[in-house]
Amino acid sequence: MADDKNKEKKVPTRPLPKTNELDTQAFWQATKDKAFRYQQCDTCDTVVFYPRRHCTGCTSGTLNWKTASGKGTVYTYSIVRQSYHPFFRNLVPYAVAWVDLEEGPRVLSNIVGVDDPISEVKIGQSVELEWEEHEEVSIPLFRPV
Amino acid sequence: MSQKREAAIVGIHEYPSRDVEGEFSPLQIKADSAAKALADAGLNWSDVDAIYDAGEGGGMTGLTIAEYFGLNPTVINTTGVGGSSYEFHAAQAKRDIASGKANVALLTYGSTAHSNAFAIGVGARGGAGAHPADNMDGFAGMTLVSNYAMVAHRHMHQYGTTPEQLAEISIATRLHAMRNPDAVKAMEDLEFLDIRETTIDDVVNSRMIADPLHLLECCMISDGGGAVVIASPEVARNCKKPPVWILGTGEATKYPQGGADITVSAGAQSAPIAFGEAGITPAEIDIAMIYDSFSITVLTLLEDLGFCKKGEGGDWVSGGRLRFDRPGDGPALNTDGGGLSSNHPGMRGIFLLIEAARQLRGESTSQVDGASLAVAHGNGGMLGSRHAAGTVILGRD
Repeated sequence: MADDKNKEKKVPTRPLPKTNELDTQAFWQATKDKAFRYQQCDTCDTVVFYPRRHCTGCTSGTLNWKTASGKGTVYTYSIVRQSYHPFFRNLVPYAVAWVDLEEGPRVLSNIVGVDDPISEVKIGQSVELEWEEHEEVSIPLFRPV
Repeated sequence: MSQKREAAIVGIHEYPSRDVEGEFSPLQIKADSAAKALADAGLNWSDVDAIYDAGEGGGMTGLTIAEYFGLNPTVINTTGVGGSSYEFHAAQAKRDIASGKANVALLTYGSTAHSNAFAIGVGARGGAGAHPADNMDGFAGMTLVSNYAMVAHRHMHQYGTTPEQLAEISIATRLHAMRNPDAVKAMEDLEFLDIRETTIDDVVNSRMIADPLHLLECCMISDGGGAVVIASPEVARNCKKPPVWILGTGEATKYPQGGADITVSAGAQSAPIAFGEAGITPAEIDIAMIYDSFSITVLTLLEDLGFCKKGEGGDWVSGGRLRFDRPGDGPALNTDGGGLSSNHPGMRGIFLLIEAARQLRGESTSQVDGASLAVAHGNGGMLGSRHAAGTVILGRD
């Protein structure tokens, strides 16, 4: 859907991340292959998310990239009824949510794939990753299982 | 009381207009407010040796604001933590004065958010930012309102909090606003459709902005500003108005983490530090000036400040407990009308200090008889993601 819109001029598009931001570029690079990556310390096992260079749990560890299963739970959500953003104003009502991945990271995203987000999105709902493809990145969205 | 009395609020001013129609700049609002707050204290520009500025005037603010005011301060503090900046400034001013580095501290705020048609709550937030966190979050279209709404949903889920309970906060602040001529004029100037006391039904039947938050649970977007002068005990003794002592302060931050409880704010960390320093308990507080960006902000912060247990806020606020004319039940909330119904130019923290000082001087339009202890609690940033909390306990002689 967003891809089609991108092709038309002047049609507002979803705001996309910068692919050259130094902490997060490896995460976004991996989304092209539809991999949701997070970091874990090889010394203290701390899960780090959003991505960084340093371990927040210890001063000596090295962070390794792991790939999440894509399974998660809606921790909390809201239905946006009003937005002045040129892209999102046409999407209302839509669901914004904090999703807890089973590996630990808490991710801000949208719950998609429902007819009526107002009645169908719930706290505690099981969801799984669904990728929205763009030219340079894919955007991680979630759909109820 | 055994508290240390090392610094006091001695001068206050709230810029009266909430709609300057583009005719005044934020810097002009800051300077006008500063002059009037200094006059309120019986002080002059030349008495100021410390400035505190949240940076809303632009980059290099510590340098440029000193020149704009025409001051040569030797303490320059540019802590910018959103709407809680002014509680941080008050905390830091107290420390600077107690350490002997400053005698007269000046805090100012100015904004023309309304004149600029700045859609704080539902605007074009998102997109890539310079900060890595923004680069992860920006795609989702989270408005400011929906950020706070996510806290409300989780609070309802975990504790059974109801929309009607959240509405109590809106109707208490509106009651207080209707008694404050500046707040009534603000609502007129900002073209509120129905300027009157509200009921729980009014709130829960108002338009949904981001589930579960309704229009009447969201703060206004105004122009405005203000200033606060904080001084040493030696200076305070010779000021025009009675001193309002800073008895205790606390500062903290919170951010999203896997497994963290979103219904607990940074206030749970800052408040015990402030109450501990002041040597008092929440039950002794007469006036609660709590950042009311949204109804859920107040409910969460009341719990984190310790007025009731976490999760019990909904029951606790019910039945009009927060009204100014119910002393003995608990503190009066936001007796100026709050950000919901009096003044919210984007960073409301300075007004929390100003109205708390008014109450402790006996100058509020919703005066609580004999008010002697107040808490000002600012929440800056976004409650549902990363935010800062500043708690300031204030007391009169």
